[in-house]
Amino acid sequence: MDPQLVTDLVVHTILIVIVATLLMGGFAAMTVVERKLLGRFTLRYGPNRVGKFGTLQVIADMFKMFFKEEVVPDHVDRAIYLMAPGMALVPAMLAFAVVPIAQAPFVLPFEVFGYTITVNPWIADINVGVLYILAIGSLGTYGVVLGGWSSNNKYSLLGGLRTSAQMLSYELPMGVALLGVIMLAGSLQLTQIVDFQNAWLGLRWFILFQPIAFIIFYICSLAEAGRAPFDLPETENELIAGFATEYGAMKFGLFFGAEYIHMIVVSFIMATLFLGGWSGPFATQVPLLGIVYLLLKVGFILFTMIWVRASTPRVRFDKLMKFNWKFLLPLSIANAAVTALVAGVIFF
Amino acid sequence: MPFEIPFVQIVWWAMTACAIGGAIGVVSSNNLFHSALFLVLSLFGVAGYYVLLSAGFLAVVQLMVYIGAIVILVLFAIMFSRRMMKPTEDEMNRQWLVSVIVAAALFSWLIVVVNSVSWPVTSAAPTADTVLQLGLAFLGSYLIPFLVVGVLLSAALIGAIFLAREKVEAEEI
Repeated sequence: MDPQLVTDLVVHTILIVIVATLLMGGFAAMTVVERKLLGRFTLRYGPNRVGKFGTLQVIADMFKMFFKEEVVPDHVDRAIYLMAPGMALVPAMLAFAVVPIAQAPFVLPFEVFGYTITVNPWIADINVGVLYILAIGSLGTYGVVLGGWSSNNKYSLLGGLRTSAQMLSYELPMGVALLGVIMLAGSLQLTQIVDFQNAWLGLRWFILFQPIAFIIFYICSLAEAGRAPFDLPETENELIAGFATEYGAMKFGLFFGAEYIHMIVVSFIMATLFLGGWSGPFATQVPLLGIVYLLLKVGFILFTMIWVRASTPRVRFDKLMKFNWKFLLPLSIANAAVTALVAGVIFF
Repeated sequence: MPFEIPFVQIVWWAMTACAIGGAIGVVSSNNLFHSALFLVLSLFGVAGYYVLLSAGFLAVVQLMVYIGAIVILVLFAIMFSRRMMKPTEDEMNRQWLVSVIVAAALFSWLIVVVNSVSWPVTSAAPTADTVLQLGLAFLGSYLIPFLVVGVLLSAALIGAIFLAREKVEAEEI
């Protein structure tokens, strides 16, 4: 086999392991950060018993999740029931593969077995990156739908049904909103979309040209990740946690993790598509600065997502559908049409 | 290297196993929900073929449209209409003999066609920017078929909405 292919495979495997681990770590951190922030928003303290300021709460929770008894109820469809948490977690992580975290490939300063190793700041830079994100996003539905069906329980089934309807609907304005970005950047490739935004001292961000698309994408991301106010699949007061009713211990932990990782990855994507990704003043000269910028942007988006959860009540299901089909979708189509006209006038 | 690993072949065989195994699962499973999930596996195998053929756009569209939308709709319909967990779905109905004949005829016809066409093979590297080429083709030489397909799809969409709309005006809440 070609040695280049072998090194590529090894480097990619290591990168994937690192990214997956960091995302799991991000999930762990988010559980505490979210509860602390929610506490502050509602004038409470949040967790503050374990460790300094409650920072070790996550370790306590992890031990609890892992050491609970793994119960598989008798009435479930066993294979699908066990598969569902994984099907929720994996697509949430997969979308991260196309996000570039810095501009240029990084050459390792030493040789490994006589080979010079080049590490890309992305896992895969495919030329249909934006479509890939949308496609993987649509796979995220499966975890919840499978969990809802295989639990063999009315409430779970209703949760699964709601999820499939909600996600199918909110994918549409999400995709159409991205059309504006794609038309301006002239590419579906995420590295090129970021390169476009790296002009004007790294501040030519798409949010300046596509504010409506950004808001639509933000709302749809909340719906796709099943975050409040769109957490209809798991409404605890009407469906007793919906699809997750029959899940306990770490299987529930995986569903929980899928939601947070989805949220983190979608923030990375939003930062990359609308807030310039790694670009910013002097990010081209100092690549490390780019990573800092990206993390700051992602942190800000995550903060606003928690803020939204603390301040908006859950919407009713028929209102959710009406809002999507009668407001978001026409708006996104109008946005794409206006962008096409304006871009056509300017560029040609 | 002491041994050679035909990497692409391994992936090809894995994808073939997905596609054919999934297809067998679809017809042999006696639970409609499981059949739909096997269909996902089969469609995923086909998406893998597209990747191997450097047709990334098609692969992603296959994922998005077939796995991400159509099978989800199928699952949606099954969840709405079937009794939960009813495992006694019969794999055969009374038209099985006709289906076997039609399927066998179609399969043998496909084999004849595949064998009789001389597939053009080129050693040139695949086009770099396939998405750009596709876009130029859709809005260039294939503009009319593209528009006709668009009109057809909107007609189907509007027709479906018309058939499914409520007969009595629902009270505005």
